[in-house]
Amino acid sequence: MTRSMKNNKGPGRRVIPGFGVSLGVTLTMVSLVVLIPLAALAINALQLSPGEFWAAVTRGRVLSSFAVSFFSAILAALINLAMGVLLAWVLVRCDFPGKRMLDGLIELPFALPTAIAGITLTSLTVPGGWIGRVFAPLGLKIAYTKVGIVVALVFVGIPFVVRSVQPVLEKLDGSFEESAFLMGADNWHTFRRVIWPEIRPAALTGFGMALARGLGEYGSVVFIAGNKPYATEIAPLMIMGQLQSYDYGGATAIALVMLAASFLILLLMNIVQARAARRTSG
Amino acid sequence: MKKTQTKRFPLPVILAIFFAACFLVLPLIFVIVQALSQGIGAYLANITEEYTQKAMLLTLKTTVVVVLVNTVFGLFAAWTVTKYSFPGRKALTTLIDLPLSVSPVISGLAFLLVFGRTSPLYGLLEGIGLKVVYAVPGIVLATLFVTFPYISREMIPVLSAQGRDEEEAAALMGAGWFTIFWRVTFPHIKWSLLYGVVLCTARAMGEFGAVSILSGHLRGKTNTLPLHIEILYNEFRYSEAFAVSSILVILALLVLVLRSLIEHRGRKGEA
Amino acid sequence: MKKNRVVLLEALLLVLALCLGGCGGKEEGKTLSLTNVSYDPTRELYTEYNALFTAGWEKTGGKPLTITQSHGGSGSQAISVSQGLEADVVTLALEADIRAIEKAGLIREGWRGELPKDSAPYTSTIVFLVRRGNPKGILDWPDLAREGVGVITPNPKTSGGARWNFLAAWAYAQETLGGGEEACRDFVGAIFRNVLVLDSGARGSTTSFVENGQGDVLIAWENEAMLTLQQHPGEYEMVAPSISILCQPSVAVVDEVVDKRGTREMATAYLEGLYAPETQRLVARYFYRPSDPDILQEFADSFDLSIRMTNIDHFGGWGQAQQRFFADGGVFDQIYEK
Repeated sequence: MTRSMKNNKGPGRRVIPGFGVSLGVTLTMVSLVVLIPLAALAINALQLSPGEFWAAVTRGRVLSSFAVSFFSAILAALINLAMGVLLAWVLVRCDFPGKRMLDGLIELPFALPTAIAGITLTSLTVPGGWIGRVFAPLGLKIAYTKVGIVVALVFVGIPFVVRSVQPVLEKLDGSFEESAFLMGADNWHTFRRVIWPEIRPAALTGFGMALARGLGEYGSVVFIAGNKPYATEIAPLMIMGQLQSYDYGGATAIALVMLAASFLILLLMNIVQARAARRTSG
Repeated sequence: MKKTQTKRFPLPVILAIFFAACFLVLPLIFVIVQALSQGIGAYLANITEEYTQKAMLLTLKTTVVVVLVNTVFGLFAAWTVTKYSFPGRKALTTLIDLPLSVSPVISGLAFLLVFGRTSPLYGLLEGIGLKVVYAVPGIVLATLFVTFPYISREMIPVLSAQGRDEEEAAALMGAGWFTIFWRVTFPHIKWSLLYGVVLCTARAMGEFGAVSILSGHLRGKTNTLPLHIEILYNEFRYSEAFAVSSILVILALLVLVLRSLIEHRGRKGEA
Repeated sequence: MKKNRVVLLEALLLVLALCLGGCGGKEEGKTLSLTNVSYDPTRELYTEYNALFTAGWEKTGGKPLTITQSHGGSGSQAISVSQGLEADVVTLALEADIRAIEKAGLIREGWRGELPKDSAPYTSTIVFLVRRGNPKGILDWPDLAREGVGVITPNPKTSGGARWNFLAAWAYAQETLGGGEEACRDFVGAIFRNVLVLDSGARGSTTSFVENGQGDVLIAWENEAMLTLQQHPGEYEMVAPSISILCQPSVAVVDEVVDKRGTREMATAYLEGLYAPETQRLVARYFYRPSDPDILQEFADSFDLSIRMTNIDHFGGWGQAQQRFFADGGVFDQIYEK
């Protein structure tokens, strides 16, 4: 784990031509599609006085909804990271009947409209449902609890980690693993020493995307959450509530806080990922 | 396909398959069961209904435009943030990612604030006869926003892992940027690009939240498939809603078959 | 060579931009058109009424007419119209939503008096739906506040329709407890503490109660309860509380749009047609109560006409009710403050 790649920014900087055009196109698109709308949002929120703004985002229910959203999104993203890497590895390295079918299902959570996903997951996990039936005798309630929120967020986030890691694994030569394995390393060691360093940037990207998506997810969660104040209300629901009372100021204020938080999380992810990439490429 | 240690299935593999069964296969079966709960005849009638067809057409059109725009942009963006060093690079990367974490409700609202009746832009656009909100352009914009990072995000890790040495060498030998991109970079990223395009397509077809705010739900004009499904559901047409949802599932599977075909041929060519 | 590629890419982007623009520019043909922006469960009702109206319109010498329908959550639909969705008429779940459009400057003040019956051609009320045999013996509002009873209702914050549920409970408390606001708040608070699932919309609540088997009682609009009874015969029972509230889904012509498009006459005729005897019988078939008392009597078998109903004026109209109960920090929020 050397840090010798710092000279990346040295003499080799911008040797590759086309910087102007590439940056130009990228900046134009980012401004048009992302910056302008979000700026409009910020301007709208800042029309509130600081006092009003503060009051809107620090009400007890709003604060607890922030906590629920962040906690569930982080937990779901962690589960997705673990299971996603595993699924990707299984899809690339193992052969079993129905594999192609499984591979094809990975995008299902995206194609299914979020409301239908929410309704489906709720029906499966209520105590009488196909999955809930198994857990109900153990005393574990899934639907209408925080567990349900995490389940919904795991579902909507599955494709991110799997699809980020899969191409990297495919590029990776399987024989490394094989030789490590033959030399007596157990699965866990092979994974930690041989596979993980290679897929880390991709896995982190997937993790970040799943986390980000989880923070903002609304459609599927409202069906499974139960939406009980102080317990299972998520932040996007609070925004929706404000909108339905035509309180644009209050809605945009909460939105702005969520936005700032996600920007920070994503920035952090990008910095971590850049480090990871620098290490592996070195 | 390479085979390693597949003679026995270790615990992690079983775990992964169990996870996939619970989270992917069971929901799929549930959708199919609900869709067919009133029989095949009713199912076919549901999915061939006039307004369902119109909604499907609109969803397909939107998806094609969005995927094209995002592919072009995604290539530029991924290339820009990995092949050059410039101040604010990480902030730019983060901005590209940002739409992911924005609640669809909020992104819809943001576009309303820019293009809606309360915005000064509304009168201006009205003047030149261009309707954005509650018309197809609004739907396309909302979908574009929601799927904005999908393609670039899939390529960025591959590109940053690959480094810049090859491109720099090519540049020193005097190659233009497009040649460098096409000859040197593209072969590395084509599979990630393909994955990104598939993700983006699936997400664009299924997008509900942001589009719901900008579409106006005009039946036969601005109603996309997910919106149509929501209306059916809210009208107590439970199984019809699932029947129409199955169209989206089928479309997504078609895209995946296409991906497999491209990948299969491509890899054969490489070998 | 290098230049060429750049030009090519730029051309591609331009074509895409034109595509985007071009999609919006379609012009309507020579036929007349009318847009009705409505809320969720009225789609089939209006599909049928539109056919009726179009036929009548063309018979009396009008030009061919197409009516476009739009359905969604009532509050969201109101936001859309306020932000530029070109609706000639709006037919929403509650007056407060149309007031929001009025506030945005699209509908003139006093619209509520322009059509009969407070501009509500059909009405409904709040009832309870319980499971077969009514195992928990739920007969009236106090039963919902009892310990061990699971209640399902949508969230009044996100669902306009659910605000009627809350107000109905409040009306009961006011009348029977005699006490001040505090007593009412405790009573309604006890009901909401029994709520197992606070769905974001009415349909979600029905799914929680019916499809997912949650709770013992669903607080619902009468029309939705009757629809559920029809779809699941024998599985549920409807219980009418001793005091309920008259739900008035309001309709209005959107003045700014009809003046711009020159469709005022047609739009007004469209809404007035909702009060015609034939249409009144049609709405009854979709489980809404006709606002024409004579026609309502014709359907005395279907609707429980003995329910005592208060109405929104009891709360000082929607403006006041909204502010007092559902605004930030209002009564509904106080119920949940710890």
